[in-house]
Amino acid sequence: MLIKKRTGIEIPSSEITPQHLYLSRRQFMAGAALATTAGLLAACGAGGAPEEANTAAVNSGNGGTAVSATTDELGDPLNTYDEITNYNNYYEFNTTKDGPARLAKDFPTTPWQVEVGGMVKNPKTYAMEDLLKFDQEERIYRLRCVEAWSMVIPWVGFPLAKLLNEVEPTADAKYVRFETVYDPDNMPGQRGRMFPWPYVEGLTVEEAMQDLTILSTGLYGETLLPQNGAPIRLVVPWKYGFKSIKAIVKIELVDYMPTSLWMESAPTEYGFYANVNPEVNHPRWSQATERRIGELGRRPTLLFNGYAEQVAHLYPDPKYDTNLKPRGS
Amino acid sequence: MTPITQKLSSIRKLDRKTTAQILRVSAHMLSLYALALLLLDYSRNNLGADPVREILLRTGEPALVLLILSLAVTPLTLLFGWKQLHPLRRIFGLYAFLYVALHLLTFIWLDYGLNLAYILDGILEQNFVLVGFAAFVLLLPLAITSNKWSQRKLGKKWKTLHKLVYIIILLALIHFWWLVKNVYYMPFLYSAIVTVLLLLRWQPVKQKVLRFQHRPRNRQSAIRNP
Repeated sequence: MLIKKRTGIEIPSSEITPQHLYLSRRQFMAGAALATTAGLLAACGAGGAPEEANTAAVNSGNGGTAVSATTDELGDPLNTYDEITNYNNYYEFNTTKDGPARLAKDFPTTPWQVEVGGMVKNPKTYAMEDLLKFDQEERIYRLRCVEAWSMVIPWVGFPLAKLLNEVEPTADAKYVRFETVYDPDNMPGQRGRMFPWPYVEGLTVEEAMQDLTILSTGLYGETLLPQNGAPIRLVVPWKYGFKSIKAIVKIELVDYMPTSLWMESAPTEYGFYANVNPEVNHPRWSQATERRIGELGRRPTLLFNGYAEQVAHLYPDPKYDTNLKPRGS
Repeated sequence: MTPITQKLSSIRKLDRKTTAQILRVSAHMLSLYALALLLLDYSRNNLGADPVREILLRTGEPALVLLILSLAVTPLTLLFGWKQLHPLRRIFGLYAFLYVALHLLTFIWLDYGLNLAYILDGILEQNFVLVGFAAFVLLLPLAITSNKWSQRKLGKKWKTLHKLVYIIILLALIHFWWLVKNVYYMPFLYSAIVTVLLLLRWQPVKQKVLRFQHRPRNRQSAIRNP
C-alpha cells in the first residue's frame, strides 16, 4: 500500500466501491441544481425513454441547469455541465482533454450556415436561424467514446430526419456525408498535418433517419459551447463518440460510403459503422468496459450503448464492420 | 606529503563528498517533483473531469523519464567523465519503480475498481497493458536487489540480472506507442532518446566516442612536448 503511506493521494474507499453511495451523492447534487429551476421538478423522476423525455428545454441562463430529468432512462445520473464542457475530444483544437475548452473560447460561430445538398430534391443552404426553427427538444443520451470512457449528456436538438425530410433525398441516395468547418485560423489543430482535415463522417440513410439521431444545438438547456461542437453537431448515441461530428457546415446525400477522417488516417482501427459493441475490441484495447466520467471503477459496456432495442434491426449482418475483429477471432 | 598538500587533498575530498551529497539530494528532488505536483493538484481538486486518467498519465510518464535518466547515467559518465553521477542510477531506477507501482495501483484500483474480471480483461485483451505489466514484473527483481547486500550476495549475476533494464525500457516504449491514438510525437521523442543512449553503449560507437574524446588532449600534449 505504497500509495497510503505517501499521504494525500489516497481516495477514500467509500468513494471507490459502493456505487449506490456515489449515485446518491450525484443525485443529490443534480437534485439541488434542479430545485433552483422551479416548475421543472414535476418532470423529475426515474426518467423515461428518450422519446418520452422530450420536454422543450428552457434556456434558463443560469449555468446549465434546465433539464427535465436527473438521470438517463437506465437510472444513471447526468454528468455535470462542468464535466461535459471541460472534458472534450476535439482534435481541431488540440489533442488534450482540457485544451478544447480553453482554445475554443473565441471560436466564431456566427454567422453560420449549413449547406445541405447532393442527391436531394430540394438542396438548401440553411442559416443557423433556420435550423433553430426546427422544434428543439431535450434528449438525454449516453456518449461512449472509443477510448472507453463515457458520459450521460442532456442534449438539446432535433432529429436529423426532420431536416432530411425537408430536402427529400432521392431514391439513389444511400449515405449521408457530413463535414466540419475548415477554419485553421481559429482551429489551431487544423494547422497540423497529422490528420486529413476537414473532419468527415458518414451514416447510412437508414441510420440518419433513425429517431435517435439528432443534430444538437445545445446541452443542459444552454446554447452549445464551441468545445462541444457549436453551433451544430451530430449526436448518434449508439455509435462511438467520434461518429458524432462537430461544427457541421456541409451535409451531403451520396450513393457511396463516405470515408471518414478516422477511416482515412487509421484504416485498420476504425470502421465506417463504429457501433458500440463490448464484444468487438479496438485492435489495441478492449471495449468490454468503460469508465463513466465522475465515477471510479468501471462499468460493463452495453451493446449499441444500450440502444439495441431501437437500432439492432438496422444491422442484420453481424459482419458489417469488416475491419474490426470480434473478440477471440 | 607536506602539511599543505595534505590540507589540499582533504579539501578536495570534502568537495567530492559535498558534490555527491548535492547530486543525491537533487536527484531525489527531481524524482519526487512529478509526484509532489500530482499530490498538490489532487489536493486542490485540479485533476480535471477524469482524475483517474490524469493520475495514470502523471505516474506513467515520470516512470518512463526516470528509467531513461537511470539509463543516461552510464553514457554521461563515459562522455564527460562524471563519475560522481554513478550512484544516481540506483536512485532514478528505484523512483522509476515507485512510479510504475503507483501507475499499476491506479490501474487496478482507481480505474478498474479492484474488479478481478475487469482487470483480467484489461490486461489480457489489451496488448499495451500486457507489455506494461510485463515491464512491471521484470522491474520487480531489480528493485528488490537494488542494495549493496544483494549486489555482494549475487556477485557477477547481479550485473546480468540488471541487464533486464534494457528489455524493460523497450517494453515501456512499446507500451507508450501502443496506447496513443495516432499522435506519436511523444513516443517518438522518448524512443529517439533511448536509441541514442543505447547506441552509446554499443562497442563500435563507444570506441569512436572515446577516441574522439582523447584526441584533443593528445594533440595538446604533443604540442607541449615536441
